Amino acid sequence: MWRYIAKRVAHAVFVMWLVATTVFLGLRSIPGGPVRAMLGQEATPEAVASLRRELGLDEPLPVQYVDWVTGMFVGDFGTSISSGAEVSSLLAQAAPRTLSIALFGVLLGLAVSIPAGVVGATRRNQPADYAATIAAFLGISMPAFFVGILLAIVFGVWLGWFPVVGYTPLSEGFVPWLKSITLPGVAVGLPYAAGVTRMMRSSLIETLDEQYMRTALAKGVKSDVRLYKHALQNALMPVVTIAGIQLALVLGGTVTVEIVFGVQGLGRLLVNSILERNYPVTQVTILLISGIFVFMNLIVDIAYTAIDPRVQYGGDQA
Amino acid sequence: MTDGSPSYARNDGEFGVGEVPPEYDVEETVEDHKSTRARIVEALRANKLALAGAIAIVLLVLVAAFAPFVAPHGPEEQFGFMQEPMSQSSGDFDSDGQTETVTHYLGTDSFGHDILTRIIFGARVSLLVALATVAFAFTVGTTLGILAGFYGGWVDSVVMRYVDFQWAFPEIILGVGIIAVMGGLGVTNVVLAIGIAFIDDFARIIRGEVLSIREEEYITAARAVGMNDARIMFKEMLPNAVAPLIVQATLMIPFAILAEAGLSFLGLGVKPTTPTWGLLISDGRQFISRAWWISVMPGLAIMVTVLAFNTLGDGLRDAFDISEEEVN
Repeated sequence: MWRYIAKRVAHAVFVMWLVATTVFLGLRSIPGGPVRAMLGQEATPEAVASLRRELGLDEPLPVQYVDWVTGMFVGDFGTSISSGAEVSSLLAQAAPRTLSIALFGVLLGLAVSIPAGVVGATRRNQPADYAATIAAFLGISMPAFFVGILLAIVFGVWLGWFPVVGYTPLSEGFVPWLKSITLPGVAVGLPYAAGVTRMMRSSLIETLDEQYMRTALAKGVKSDVRLYKHALQNALMPVVTIAGIQLALVLGGTVTVEIVFGVQGLGRLLVNSILERNYPVTQVTILLISGIFVFMNLIVDIAYTAIDPRVQYGGDQA
Repeated sequence: MTDGSPSYARNDGEFGVGEVPPEYDVEETVEDHKSTRARIVEALRANKLALAGAIAIVLLVLVAAFAPFVAPHGPEEQFGFMQEPMSQSSGDFDSDGQTETVTHYLGTDSFGHDILTRIIFGARVSLLVALATVAFAFTVGTTLGILAGFYGGWVDSVVMRYVDFQWAFPEIILGVGIIAVMGGLGVTNVVLAIGIAFIDDFARIIRGEVLSIREEEYITAARAVGMNDARIMFKEMLPNAVAPLIVQATLMIPFAILAEAGLSFLGLGVKPTTPTWGLLISDGRQFISRAWWISVMPGLAIMVTVLAFNTLGDGLRDAFDISEEEVN
């Protein structure tokens, strides 16, 4: 088990290194260079030279690369070109907002989807199954930002239960914080729940048809034990995989949903930095979002050890 | 078994000419070969939902293709601001000196554009980008996947490391990053940005198929008759692995539509002036307290389109008997 975890961690570190290197090379391969792109074609050579010096782009590529990598370890990401603020402080401000929304979405998604999938599979072709299946089908067909707008219209504008714009930090109280992330969190959570529900349902249906389920029935195992111990544990494995892959949907959704609700999170930061060609901010934001995704998937991989005994007992599958 | 065959091939034994001993009689019949097209037609006949999806898609494509003839107004024509759905405008809109009354079935937006018209014109960009994206990802991903599965070794390692790496970026973030590097906004950039993000899905599926096909006897036979690698890969293996690819492509189109809508919602889409569905939603965002329909109507258009592709894709997946874990 520890070997498996060590392998997954090593893989995650490798992927992060690859992402960091790609972002580094990608932005330096912009036609005409990032400085030209930032300052425009009419910029004087002096201005270009001074900005290049400021960003460290006049150094040889290997030196820049070492700076970039060491900067990441000590948290020195440079300064924003538009505001002059430290990129790290911009991120420190934005990241909690994005993470709050994304985590709310994931937790809500799992809390809804797993029971919904179980109900769908155990009451096949009954009204509850149809309701869950149709809801899930609608859910995967709507972009998170559209769900967000619908929620904002119904629960924000018409009913007035939740704020439509802005984010309240946790330091100003739990309830205001929760209220401010509820609508965006639900907006990213529902499409996520839809995908996981579909997987949960079909996986459990398949498992319930297995021979060992019939054996368990013949042995006289109680129905609850059969469902939760024999079937669900096995059926969960592909669900965990999908739940991990679909985290991309949550993060991507959060980026757009932040804009719906006017939350100054990582998505807003990323989009603004791209539109104003603020590359120091762009590169670190992309890196951070990918990092969050890789880290969340690492957790999913480790969660596997809890439900898949083959991993726990030293099986080498991964 | 007549005169043409050599004498040792004759079977005049206990069971007579051409007769088969009873123990060789088998009950099960081998399923007749059906072409891919025949299987798709059969699937659509059997699955009404998939058929409805297919019909909706055909209608959508026709509406998009003939947008200028189908749309009630021009995309830039202006009427009263933020009029409700089913409201009417009166005025001399075609400047023929007479006043006519037009109905805005889905209302008008903050500039007074007819929303139904804008959605119909928006369908062009959304569908075009989605189809081009999937075509691009299909071509590149399939080629990479076949090469990886066929040659194995370092080719496989490189392609699979690339797939791993690409997986580390949430699709929309990868798209946004590519847009950032390419700088400008435009159809090609958007197609590349989303298309690159989908390469890995195709590569992974076809690689898995090729790995199992590689061991089939007809591949050994193809080698024995001296076919070259390219011919084996693209004439022997690809046609035998096409079913999951078709299903995957059908299921990727809705993702491409959603991704394109997401990018244009963020303002990183085709062009800030071209009416795309994502942009229409984003334009309406600030008016939700006064005119909910500006955002909701194009959102419903996205939903209906994506639903149509999803029902069709699900139907095809069932018809080709592909598990949900294989394509997603």
